[in-house]
Amino acid sequence: MSMKKISKEQPSDFVFNKQNLEEVKKIIKNYPDGKQQSAVMPLLYLAQKQNDNWIPLVAMKYIAKLLNMPYIKVYEVATFYSMYNLSPVGKFFIQVCTTTPCMIRGAYDIVNACKEKISDKEKELSKDKTCSWMEVECLGACINAPMIQINDDYYEDLDKEKTEKIINQIQNGEKLIPGSYRGRKNSEPENNRKTLLNIKNA
Amino acid sequence: MLKDEDRIFTNLYNDLGPDILSAQKRGDWKNTSDIIKKGKEWIINEIKTSELRGRGGAGFPTGLKWSFAPKEVGSRPHYLVINADESEPGTCKDRDILRFEPHKLIEGCLIAAYAVNANKCYIYIRGEYFNEGNKLQEAINEAYEKKLIGKNACDSGWDFDIYIHYGAGAYICGEETALLESLEGKKGQPRLKPPFPALIGLYGCPTIINNVETIAVVPTILRRGAKWFSTIGKPKNTGTKIYCISGNVNNPCNVEEEMGISLKDLIEKHAGGVIGGWDNLKAVIPGGSSMPLLPKNVCETIKMDFDSLVENKSGLGTAGIVVINKDQDIIKCMARIARFYKHESCGQCTPCREGSGWMWRMLERMAKGEASRDEVDMLMDVTKQIEGHTICAFGEGSAWPVQGLLRHFKKEVAKRNNFNPLVNRNKNIPYLVDQHLLDK
Repeated sequence: MSMKKISKEQPSDFVFNKQNLEEVKKIIKNYPDGKQQSAVMPLLYLAQKQNDNWIPLVAMKYIAKLLNMPYIKVYEVATFYSMYNLSPVGKFFIQVCTTTPCMIRGAYDIVNACKEKISDKEKELSKDKTCSWMEVECLGACINAPMIQINDDYYEDLDKEKTEKIINQIQNGEKLIPGSYRGRKNSEPENNRKTLLNIKNA
Repeated sequence: MLKDEDRIFTNLYNDLGPDILSAQKRGDWKNTSDIIKKGKEWIINEIKTSELRGRGGAGFPTGLKWSFAPKEVGSRPHYLVINADESEPGTCKDRDILRFEPHKLIEGCLIAAYAVNANKCYIYIRGEYFNEGNKLQEAINEAYEKKLIGKNACDSGWDFDIYIHYGAGAYICGEETALLESLEGKKGQPRLKPPFPALIGLYGCPTIINNVETIAVVPTILRRGAKWFSTIGKPKNTGTKIYCISGNVNNPCNVEEEMGISLKDLIEKHAGGVIGGWDNLKAVIPGGSSMPLLPKNVCETIKMDFDSLVENKSGLGTAGIVVINKDQDIIKCMARIARFYKHESCGQCTPCREGSGWMWRMLERMAKGEASRDEVDMLMDVTKQIEGHTICAFGEGSAWPVQGLLRHFKKEVAKRNNFNPLVNRNKNIPYLVDQHLLDK
């Protein structure tokens, strides 16, 4: 179970903007009539996106009213799942996978790079306030280990140097390129491919 | 080695593109309506004869699962739910299917939904796979445009809709009933079984839940025949499987191979061998983190299929192979896995919620050599008290890797943790429940 701190500073008001309200209508239609509670997870994502990547308590209350369900049930969901941020994170939110398959390929070097370049502690904003980092559990890209996720994108096949370079790029406001950092094509065995060669060479 | 023409996922490395035109060139969506017109009975029987077993970890026969759905739709609609909440450490096969072979999955969904009388399908994707989900949504839109799904899908007379639902970073939602809870907009805490989801599932309606890979191979099986599929691999462990080989190997990769291929072949041929050579191998986790590890001497000969691995007190699970070489500290590796389970326990059953934390803390101390001699047995005792005492299989999943460690590397753990126990005489103190461990 994730232990999450709820931000002490809370905004006093939250409503979805016009575009998101349209989106809400569409999402609710995905579920059968009367089962609109199912939409709580996608709606929390929307709120998180609209509110600089974190969900304030007022947004939960607002969503509860919108879906006609008790506030506590929204709160339960928001605190149960680890991807909902309940306090502000950096504009670039770096999640470092450190579960065993990544760990044995050097994930803690990446953690060290984050500690040196961003902040000693997890979930703390860097000095220039661009990014924050945290250790997370398996992100499901084990053959591309070690890897990190920055916002929605995966950055794979890393090492300490490459991570430092990525963080520099963030801090200089440069554009990031997701994907493998060893020039590997997706999940194929590098320089050792023995299958589907006809298709590759066609 | 499996021949290229027998491979189902020909676009596993995205040489051709995931879009519908290239997918159709590869044979997807070919004569789908003919398959559907052969009828539900035929589809389910064909899957039964192919002996396809679920690819999500438990290996339950897929045809049998489908036959549990009520034959006629009663007052409640039926649902098909696809489990794409891939979070087992060591596993990343579904990600590539979502990214590069989405049309195999969508076509499989249509056929499976028809077979189990469902008009609606939800695909539950883990939240971290946002980009993969977008790719799948693109593919779904393409399929709607071409009228392959939607009203009268593929001119078969069957109405079919697919919706994507994102999870939000909870491993437990890969458990089928927790997934349903999550889909209903609640915390992902598993339900008691029975009733099984095939009768009472999503919104209390009959629901069939299958893994991505299971569904994605269905169209190819029906097109090429159950006979073809069942001749690959071994009896009761038929067909092909995507293996994910990660960890200390030279070329970590995903590769589709036949069931029952030898583990050594997979590592040496496809993954370029263990870093530092085969002799540098320490242990292998054969099926994702919840399966007990195998020491080197077992790895020499073991075959990768459900039954062979069970015989060796492990399991195929999701076929996420994690190779650990001698440069790694095996106790630390398992301590990290224990931390994963501590973090991901949903908190519903006490043995799992508390026990996963105990195991993690004990293993952390054991990795540092700070535990006493008796604690090694105590750890085994803790795993036994979790196993079988929880609502879902997460309890087993968290206890088995620790049991595997103690089964094969107990000497190493004991050597490092050689302190005298704190209580070394058997006193009759009722609240010291672990006293029996001191019995000689």
